[in-house]
Amino acid sequence: MFDFDGIHEIWQTITRNKTRSLLTAFGVFWGIFLLVVLSSTGNGFEKGLMMQVEGVTPNTAFFFTGETSEPYKGYQKGRSWSMQLADLEAIKETFPCVKAISPEASVWSSEDKNVIYGSRSASFSVKGVMPEYNEIEKSKIIRGRFINDTDISANRKVCLLGKKVYETMFERGEDPLSKMVKVNGIYFQVVGVIRSYTENVNINGSIDESVILPYTTMQQVYALGDKIRFFAMAADDDTPIPDIEEDIKQLIKQRHDIAPTDNEAIEAFNLTEMFKAFKGLFFGIHVLIWIVGLGTLMSGIIGVSNIMLVTVKERTREIGVRRAIGAKPKDIIGQVLSESLLLTTLAGLVGLCIGVGIMAIVGMITSNMPSDNMMFQDPYMSFKAAVWATIIVIFSGLLAGVLPAWRAIQIKAIDAIREE
Amino acid sequence: MIRLENINKTYFGAQPLHVLKGIDLHIGEGEMVSIMGASGSGKSTLLNILGILDNYDSGDYRLNGKLVKNLTENQAADMRNQLIGFIFQSFNLIPFKTAMENVALPLYYQNVGRKKRNQLALEYLERFGLKEWADHYPNQLSGGQKQRVSMARALVTQPKIILADEPTGALDSKTSAEVMQILREVHQTGITMVIVTHERGIALRTDKIIHLKDGIIENIETNDPDSIDFSKEIK
Repeated sequence: MFDFDGIHEIWQTITRNKTRSLLTAFGVFWGIFLLVVLSSTGNGFEKGLMMQVEGVTPNTAFFFTGETSEPYKGYQKGRSWSMQLADLEAIKETFPCVKAISPEASVWSSEDKNVIYGSRSASFSVKGVMPEYNEIEKSKIIRGRFINDTDISANRKVCLLGKKVYETMFERGEDPLSKMVKVNGIYFQVVGVIRSYTENVNINGSIDESVILPYTTMQQVYALGDKIRFFAMAADDDTPIPDIEEDIKQLIKQRHDIAPTDNEAIEAFNLTEMFKAFKGLFFGIHVLIWIVGLGTLMSGIIGVSNIMLVTVKERTREIGVRRAIGAKPKDIIGQVLSESLLLTTLAGLVGLCIGVGIMAIVGMITSNMPSDNMMFQDPYMSFKAAVWATIIVIFSGLLAGVLPAWRAIQIKAIDAIREE
Repeated sequence: MIRLENINKTYFGAQPLHVLKGIDLHIGEGEMVSIMGASGSGKSTLLNILGILDNYDSGDYRLNGKLVKNLTENQAADMRNQLIGFIFQSFNLIPFKTAMENVALPLYYQNVGRKKRNQLALEYLERFGLKEWADHYPNQLSGGQKQRVSMARALVTQPKIILADEPTGALDSKTSAEVMQILREVHQTGITMVIVTHERGIALRTDKIIHLKDGIIENIETNDPDSIDFSKEIK
């Protein structure tokens, strides 16, 4: 059925009515083309958006304290309270799945031009974090290093500069390491320059526009005491944060004599929900794309089937003659199926190639557009999807031929050659 | 070669039509016979049954010693392909195939290779003086040429029997005479031939004329074509 002879035989019948075959094939071509272009575009947006949130660990949560809203164990409601470092240790001990936890203290520039270096001065926020913080909100270290354990244990007066801070305070290309920068009246030695992976997702202020201090140094310098009002944590990938969030809250409430039903004393938000929403959104987009693409393809297939039915009807006499001179039913079925298969497969592959080609050009153009905030990256169809599309085309080609083939074998030689 | 015993055939339509009412017929190997009869006499039905294009209700039909009854589509196709060559009134050539491809088509269904097929087809076309026309399409050929192509197609599989349904029905008398002359020559190579016609002039060129009337054989007339002078118009 698939030898050269067979193909020649089929090709002859397809090319007999070129315009009609072309128009028929166009339906299938368009379906596949649309599927490729839409699916690639969807992938492009997904990739673009995912790049924006790169560096943010999805399994992350942030906890912050508020006033109590219920009286409990003799305390009045409306009590102002705070956590201690020991609470964070307790969380780590109770929940082994917590892989990083860090308090975060922030001081927004209370005075004008709080950061001074040489003759330059500007206003930036000041943050204090633990070394583990870099595992929660990842940032890129451009120069030097992140805060380390010695900085914490020795309360060193060192600081990290956000990229913007560095650019504002130093000459372009100037080495800031070991330089002394005055922050809110106290000198700190610069140990590194960092920038966030993305500009669009910020937690508690942009890292690029902050001066980062060791948490313990910050506690000491700003006389914060052991009072934690905000902390961030990341769990390992097997334990979704929403599953343990409430348990963590209960643990802290218990340690601070807060009513278990108090929903305002400690609050949390996590990125898992946001990522889930993203994932859901893109899943929805992909489903929509495949529905639209397959729908278009389906109408193309129905077109092929329809035309094949007409063709079979037109060729009643020819099919009858073939039967009379020795064609078996399987020969006729084979011929009709092969015709529709060849037509759809050719059209489908052309659509696939042109679609992939066009998206490759689009991908090249967008990747050459210099922008940090590109919301569109690598608009390519996955190889798996391309294979699926091919399988679907071949399968639907066969499907399109079934009804016409069935009609064709209903033609009896005697009916076809009977003189009208 | 062909042996029919009490063949009955009824078409069940709005009004059941008993077309063949017990046909007994024997056609020996190498015979050239014609079947004559008015329209509605059942001659086409008989030919269709002989060609295994149609089935019959009762009786026995033996072709080349084999009982033709309750065959599957595939068995019927094989028997047609190997034993029978068809010649039709309206030629029934496939319009988008050249003369050569038309002749080669039955061999395609015998799974003969393309090269061998086309070579054989050319040989047969040459035999009918159509070698120059091998690459022409049917609509570029005259009626006589078309019928010669269809004869080449019928013979290319070297069948035992040629069944011709009004082979000259669409041709003028001069071309008809030529076609009959060729059929006669083919018959002389030993092929059994059955021709359905309503023209006496055609029937007179066969050895036996079977007269069919209302679904039964009225009489069988023996004929000697060599004693007839066909240069005169016969009506």
